[in-house]
Amino acid sequence: MPDFVQRVSAKNELVPEWASQEVSTGTTIMAVEYDGGVVIGADSRTTTGAYIANRVTDKLTQIHERIYCCRSGSAADTQAIADVVTYQLGFHSIELDEPPLVETAANLFKASCYRYREELTAGILVAGWDKRKGGQVYCVPIGGMLVRQPVSVGGSGSTYIYGFMDSNYKPGMTKDKCMELTATALSLAMERDGSSGGVVRLASISEEGVERRVILGNELPRFSTH
Amino acid sequence: MLHSLKPSDPQAGGFCFENSRRNTVLESSLSELGYKAPNARKTGTTITGIVFKDGVILGADTRATDDMVVVDKNCLKIHYIAPSIYCCGAGVAADADVTTQIMASNVELHMLNTGRPPLIAMVIRQLKQMLFRYQGNIGASLIVGGIDVTGPQLYSVFPHGSYDKLPFLALGSGAAAAISVLEDRFKANMELEEAKQLVRDAIAAGIFCDLGSGSNVDLCVITEAGVEQLRSYDVPEVKGKREGQYRYKPGTTAVLTKTVTPLTLDVVDESVKVMDTE
Repeated sequence: MPDFVQRVSAKNELVPEWASQEVSTGTTIMAVEYDGGVVIGADSRTTTGAYIANRVTDKLTQIHERIYCCRSGSAADTQAIADVVTYQLGFHSIELDEPPLVETAANLFKASCYRYREELTAGILVAGWDKRKGGQVYCVPIGGMLVRQPVSVGGSGSTYIYGFMDSNYKPGMTKDKCMELTATALSLAMERDGSSGGVVRLASISEEGVERRVILGNELPRFSTH
Repeated sequence: MLHSLKPSDPQAGGFCFENSRRNTVLESSLSELGYKAPNARKTGTTITGIVFKDGVILGADTRATDDMVVVDKNCLKIHYIAPSIYCCGAGVAADADVTTQIMASNVELHMLNTGRPPLIAMVIRQLKQMLFRYQGNIGASLIVGGIDVTGPQLYSVFPHGSYDKLPFLALGSGAAAAISVLEDRFKANMELEEAKQLVRDAIAAGIFCDLGSGSNVDLCVITEAGVEQLRSYDVPEVKGKREGQYRYKPGTTAVLTKTVTPLTLDVVDESVKVMDTE
C-alpha cells in the first residue's frame, strides 16, 4: 500500500469506519483476444470499506475509439490515470493523423503506473484493436509491468478464476465463445469474491467497432453448488 | 505533458500538507500516552440527490456536529456552484465549504472565458482533479447535481478524487439509512411531488437513524425553469415543550445555619505600569 495515502480521520465516533476509507474497485476484470478483436468484461461493484458506493459501476473505460481499459484497484487512481492517458493518446493520434496502436496506449499506462508506482494502486488491462496487430490484450498490474497476453484477468476476484481460465481457454475461439467464457468466469468470481458483484459488463472490440452488453444479476449463468 | 501526481508538490499559496506525515506519527504516539489529537470538525450528515422527470432534487439535513456536540442546529449544506448547478457537502465541514466556493469561482471564470453556460461534467473534472492532487487530505464528499445543455445529471465525488454518475445517491454518515429508502422507492422519471416526498423521506431516515444527522430537511429543486431552494422543507424533529416549572421559588429550602469566615489577604506586591498614551 502506498505510504502517502491519507485516510480522513475516523476518530469521530459518529462517522462510520467505511465513510473514511478510500474508494476501491475491488474487482474482477478480464480480457480475451480472438482472431479479429478482443472481448473485455468486468463486474460493477465499487466499495468504500464494507459499503458499496456504486453497484452499477462501469469499469470498462474508453481510451480511444477502439481501445478500452479495464480498471481495478483504487477508483480515484485509475480514473485519474485513465483521464491522463486518454488525453495523451488523443493528442498523439491527432499528431499522427492515424488511429493509435493498442501497444502505444499500453505503454502510456505503463509509463504513468511505473513512474508513480509508490503512490498508486492501479491494476489495469488495456485491450483493443488496431490495423497492425489486430486484437491485443496488455496487462499493466500494480508496480507498472507491461506484458502482452492472449487472456488476462485482474482484480481481487481474479484469484478465484485462474484455474477456470487456464483449463477453459483455447487459442482460436470465436467471438461468441469468448463472450461466453468471460461472462461465466466473471460470474464465478463474483459468486466467491465479496468485493465483486452487481452486473456483468461486456464489450467486444474489432475492426467493425465496439459492441457493449450488460448481463443483469438474474440473467447470470448459475452453477451446480446452489 | 504529464502533470505531477505526486502529493507534496510545493504550491505557492493554497493548502500545504507537509506536516501530514508528522501528524500521523504524532497521533499514534499520543494515543499510546492516552491523549487525543484535536479533530477537524465534520458534518456528520445525510445528503441525497435524485434525478426525476424534469430535473434534479438535492436534499440534506441541517445538523453540524463536533464529536458528540451539536454545534449548528440549522446549517446549510446545499451550496451554490452555478445558476443551475448546486452541490451538497459531507465530510469535513470547512473542506466541503471552501472546495465548493473555489469551484463556484472557477465556474464563473470559465463561463466568462467561454461565453457558455457551464457543464456539470466540467465542474466534476475540476473537482476531481483538485481532490486527487491533494490525495484525500481534503475531506470533502460531495453530491453535485444540476441541469446543463445535455440534460439533468447527478454525480458523487469522494475525497480521494473518484466520481460516480448515478440516478440516485446518498452520502455522509446517514447514507446507509437514506440509500435504503432510495433503493426501495426510486423509479426513473418520477413526478415532482413524488420525487420531493422521496428525498424528504430519505433524509428523514438519516435524521432518525443516524446520530450525526438531525434537525430539518433542506431541499433544492433544479429544473429548466429555475432553482427552488426549500430551506426547512420539513421539520421532522420538533423541540419538546417543557411540561412543568423547574425553577424553585426563593424560600423553598429553609436555611438551618450560617457561618461567615473572612479571608485575610495581605498585599504582597504593588507595581504601577504607565500606559503609553502618546
